[in-house]
Amino acid sequence: MIGRVVKLEERAAAKTGRGADKGRILIERVAVTYGRGAHMHMAVTQTSLEIAPGEFVCLLGPSGCGKSTLLNCVAGYVRPSQGQVSIDGVPVTKPGPDRGMVFQQYSLFPWKTVFDNVAFGPRLAGKGDAEATSTARTFLEMVGLSRFAKKYPGELSGGMQQRVGIARALANYPAVLLMDEPFGALDSQTRAMMQQNLLRIWDEFGITVLFVTHDVDEALFLADRVLVMSASPGRVIADLTVPLERPRLPEIATEEAFVRLKRRCLDIISVESLRAFEQQNR
Amino acid sequence: MNLEAGRELVAAPQSSWSDAAAAGEGAGPDRPAHGDDDDVSLAVDTSARDAAMALARSWSLRAAALLAGLALWYWAAKIHLDFYFRFDNVPTPLAVAEALWRHAHEAKFYIHILISMRRIALGYSLAAVVGIFLGLVMGRLQTIRDLVMPYIELLRPIPAVAWIPLAILMWPTEESSIIYIVFLGALFPIVLNTIHGVEQTPEVLVRAAESLGASRVQIFWHVVLPAALPSIAAGLSVGMGVAWFSLLAGEIISGQYGIGYFTWNAYSLIQYPDIIVGMLLIGVFGTLSTYAVQLLMRPFLAWQRRTR
Repeated sequence: MIGRVVKLEERAAAKTGRGADKGRILIERVAVTYGRGAHMHMAVTQTSLEIAPGEFVCLLGPSGCGKSTLLNCVAGYVRPSQGQVSIDGVPVTKPGPDRGMVFQQYSLFPWKTVFDNVAFGPRLAGKGDAEATSTARTFLEMVGLSRFAKKYPGELSGGMQQRVGIARALANYPAVLLMDEPFGALDSQTRAMMQQNLLRIWDEFGITVLFVTHDVDEALFLADRVLVMSASPGRVIADLTVPLERPRLPEIATEEAFVRLKRRCLDIISVESLRAFEQQNR
Repeated sequence: MNLEAGRELVAAPQSSWSDAAAAGEGAGPDRPAHGDDDDVSLAVDTSARDAAMALARSWSLRAAALLAGLALWYWAAKIHLDFYFRFDNVPTPLAVAEALWRHAHEAKFYIHILISMRRIALGYSLAAVVGIFLGLVMGRLQTIRDLVMPYIELLRPIPAVAWIPLAILMWPTEESSIIYIVFLGALFPIVLNTIHGVEQTPEVLVRAAESLGASRVQIFWHVVLPAALPSIAAGLSVGMGVAWFSLLAGEIISGQYGIGYFTWNAYSLIQYPDIIVGMLLIGVFGTLSTYAVQLLMRPFLAWQRRTR
């Protein structure tokens, strides 16, 4: 238990010297195609990206633009047709506990209690029961759900379930946290609270986050860097730095810098949507 | 509430998602559809009473329906009702009760029951083990599925009775042929429901397990099997019904013991009340054993009841 807490603190300390920690994502000339011949569909065209350790990056784009596909390449669920993804120099070949994954919804094991969901990763990693238990306790406390440890996921609200999902993903101490529209199904107040708390956790851990969303406000509120993607074929069309100060409060959305960035994102997206629309109707 | 929580958060980042915040959340906007236990407990007093009332009402209606049926049967048998179907050879409920009382004092009667139950126990347990195993493997491995499925498709529609001649020829003893028929009857619903359950496994849960570091075997134990359990339980329930159905077919045609034999023998010996005694035994034991299966499965499905 003590060892874990120390490790948490170490990570927090490492955070201050950003760039030295683990979690560098390298996407090299990755392309994903589905089907073949006349039915071939290009989900992602050749994309190259580098995400620095500890960076919070949002993949922003309309649905069907391939942002989830790109995320799934990093997660290891989708094998790129070309190119390669690597984490800290190690090529990604399959899903693994070095990359924590938070899904859009309903991804907790409904037959395991909240506690067992969070302890599952450490147990799979061969940690002793005592260590798995203390790790699960630590992370449940971090997301404020210790009181609900013995409940089943179905007894929790959507927001609480996602918090358990985040705790479960972090319990393996991954280098990278991958999030696929994790707050998309939540009501707006819950979402705002989840966003703030995610930023706090991120700040505490110094973990690299790759976050997929179609919500411009969400992307700008959370990210250091927003990658705007366009559809057919999916590719990154803009790489915007978000120079807003942290910690960020919801009120930031009315600040001039925020509004300017938002307008820019919307402009890029609307030009692209128009182009895609015309392409479809040709 | 959340805006305030947000300000608090910045002032004291460590405690923002504390349990206290979680408790407060119960009354706040982060509490959509699924509800919470806090105000449910307020409602428990009245809703528990309502539930008890509903249950009492439900059971008294059931008892009343049964009593009405008995009365109708008594009346039809007493007046020898002859309206398309004939009641003149049907014994009254009293005659049946009398016969049951008489048999209850004979050791042989219990031997019939015990032998039937043993056949069910053997045939059904074999079917459960083989059926769940086959279903899980077929659900996960396409090759095995392609190899086994044609047999299941072909053999499933053959009723238990049709198996009897071949079963007698194939198996060394009459007992083993009857157990075989019970086994076959229970097997198909169990296999098919298990396959269905495995197919129901949400892909996102498999992915979640993969990203947490689970191997294929671990995914099978921690994800596929529990996801299939509700469907397996349904298959086991249906399988028990079919097992009794098949047992009776087997016992009527062969054997010297068993409830089926007892029932059919009563017809041959013109002991009409015994026919109904046998039928009622089948009904009662069939229901009880299906209920026992459901009871056995309950602990494994606790999460489902809590979730609803």
